[in-house]
Amino acid sequence: MVLATRGPRRVSEAATKDDIDWESFDPPGDERHNVARGERIGSVALGTALVGLGLRRRDPAGLVAALFGGYFITRGATGRCVVYRALGVSTGAADTVLRATARDDVTSRAATVNARRAVKVERSVTIERPREELFAFWRDFENLPRFMEHLVSVRVESPTRTRWKARAPAGRTVEWDAEIVNEVPNEIIAWKSVGEPDVANAGSVHFSDAPGDRGTIVRVILDYEPPAGRVGAMLSHFFSEEPEHQIREDLRKFKQLMETGEITTSARRIEDSAYVGSTPRA
Amino acid sequence: MRAVTWQGTRKMKVETVPDPEIVQQDDVIVKVTATAICGSDLHLYNHYVTTMQRGDVLGHEFMGEVVEVGKGVRRLELGDRVVVPFPIACGRCWYCRNGIFSCCDNSNPNAELPEALYGASPAGIFGYSHMYGGYAGGQAEYVRVPFAEVGPIKVPDGVSDEDVLFLSDILPTGWQAALRGDIRSGDTVAVWGCGPVGYFTIQSAFKQGAERVIAIDRIPERLALARDACGAEVVNYEATEDLVDLLKQMTGGRGPDVCIDAVGLEAHGHDLLSRSDRLKQTLRLEMDRPTVVRQTIQAAAKGGRVSLIGVYGGVIDKFPIGAFFGKGLSMRAGQCDVQQFLPDLLEKVLAGEFDMTSIISHRLTLDDAPRGYELFCDKKEGCTKVVMRP
Repeated sequence: MVLATRGPRRVSEAATKDDIDWESFDPPGDERHNVARGERIGSVALGTALVGLGLRRRDPAGLVAALFGGYFITRGATGRCVVYRALGVSTGAADTVLRATARDDVTSRAATVNARRAVKVERSVTIERPREELFAFWRDFENLPRFMEHLVSVRVESPTRTRWKARAPAGRTVEWDAEIVNEVPNEIIAWKSVGEPDVANAGSVHFSDAPGDRGTIVRVILDYEPPAGRVGAMLSHFFSEEPEHQIREDLRKFKQLMETGEITTSARRIEDSAYVGSTPRA
Repeated sequence: MRAVTWQGTRKMKVETVPDPEIVQQDDVIVKVTATAICGSDLHLYNHYVTTMQRGDVLGHEFMGEVVEVGKGVRRLELGDRVVVPFPIACGRCWYCRNGIFSCCDNSNPNAELPEALYGASPAGIFGYSHMYGGYAGGQAEYVRVPFAEVGPIKVPDGVSDEDVLFLSDILPTGWQAALRGDIRSGDTVAVWGCGPVGYFTIQSAFKQGAERVIAIDRIPERLALARDACGAEVVNYEATEDLVDLLKQMTGGRGPDVCIDAVGLEAHGHDLLSRSDRLKQTLRLEMDRPTVVRQTIQAAAKGGRVSLIGVYGGVIDKFPIGAFFGKGLSMRAGQCDVQQFLPDLLEKVLAGEFDMTSIISHRLTLDDAPRGYELFCDKKEGCTKVVMRP
């Protein structure tokens, strides 16, 4: 199965040569613009001011200011920022340039997730239960909110169509329709969002026998477009709301539920527990 | 109900807190009849274990009567008298099924905390920080006991609480410490620390085939217990220049075959290295004080075994890896898999094979807990073990 990759790919030569002469303003191996037009103008202005300040002071601090100024002018003039590149962030121009030419090269999985904006997560867990049992439980999608904390509901609309509703940061909810794109009984379920999803996503869950009679390995792979882009994904990382953390904890709860029949809680009283009598509290 | 709560470093308070309830179907509620302060509780008292929160109810050595039973519990009934193992274990994961109950995969709801520190999470423990699950402990009138199909063991009515209470932790812990030393018939075993765990480790070592046990401590009443109640030869390390050399001389130049650390992360010592460990721990440059770990490795005979049962939490400096390698030693460690040993140990206890009560120096009420902690921590009034009744 093809999965969307993280980050931009090189655009094939055939797709770009006719429209833009990349070689003339991009050194070999360099990335494309990642600074938006307005920000480029601001960057040049800031850089000019810093150089001016540096030249006036004529001391070590002034030299540093001038050097930074020079960097900001270069950044604005070329539209490329090495800091953004290191962070995997882009504020714009590259998408504009590419949209006209090679959309197919930055999307995959039947164009569900835009790989330029997507984040990929992969986590696995070993569960001491037979593969068939785990697959059957997961395939009954309405079970998923029992151990996936952020899911509000999953409604099955047809054998391959489901409607998902999930809690998002800051008290919001997001919804999407999903379609099963691949299913091999007791081995794999793959899905993608369709229509106009709040969060475009595509993923798969894989079930395989663990070696030495240690149960079943369950592996989840998810590509999704964070609503606020990569910057939003980085921010939510600090608040532990990112999907990597969610999926790790969801898989832990899936394991608890399948192995013990309950979600573990140290709550002393019902009112303090998110789970009571093995089901999420309403 | 009344419960012993942690309020900060060396600050315990008996408070009224809400009674526990059945939350999951295989829970029971136990009405506590006897509970003890464990040496490892002192690591919380001194705040060497992280993730404590003000108001946490402590205590992981307790027993009592089943007064409420969840719908999914078949093994226990109202009125049963039970001792509860300190590690919480689900009984269903691979680790539980292989007897490694202290590493249960499912009983720690805060598994991500130790996972970040240790790579994987051990089992949840009653009243032992949020890293170990944030469960309310047994120094209280009532306790919610999860996974009750697996943990609590029924005890007959004929025996006293004090005769079976220590099945919850320190007897099986001492038993496992000796087991992990892989004692062979005729071995000489050295045990560092003559507190309650050391006390049961010495007794267990003899039962597992040790010919001699040498017990090391500095508190006179603890050394006396090790000698008189357990039959060990004793060494006061404060009265010796070079403990490692003394152990060598006591064993004909060989060193003990098995060295057991029943001390853990708050080890004392009077040489320069232990003083620097103390300073580094205070400055948080080193999380644990490894004085005893180093001594066990230096002292052990060639091909010997080192068993760590004292609690460690973080990282240490100057591990004598050369001696460990050069003498071909092996080392085992870990919390006790209490559930694995309980049926066998209960039988031995009922047959009178262990001295269960000589170690108890103080019998208090729950309301006296703050004083109990202070006495036990500072080893005042000859305190060797505190048992409390609600």
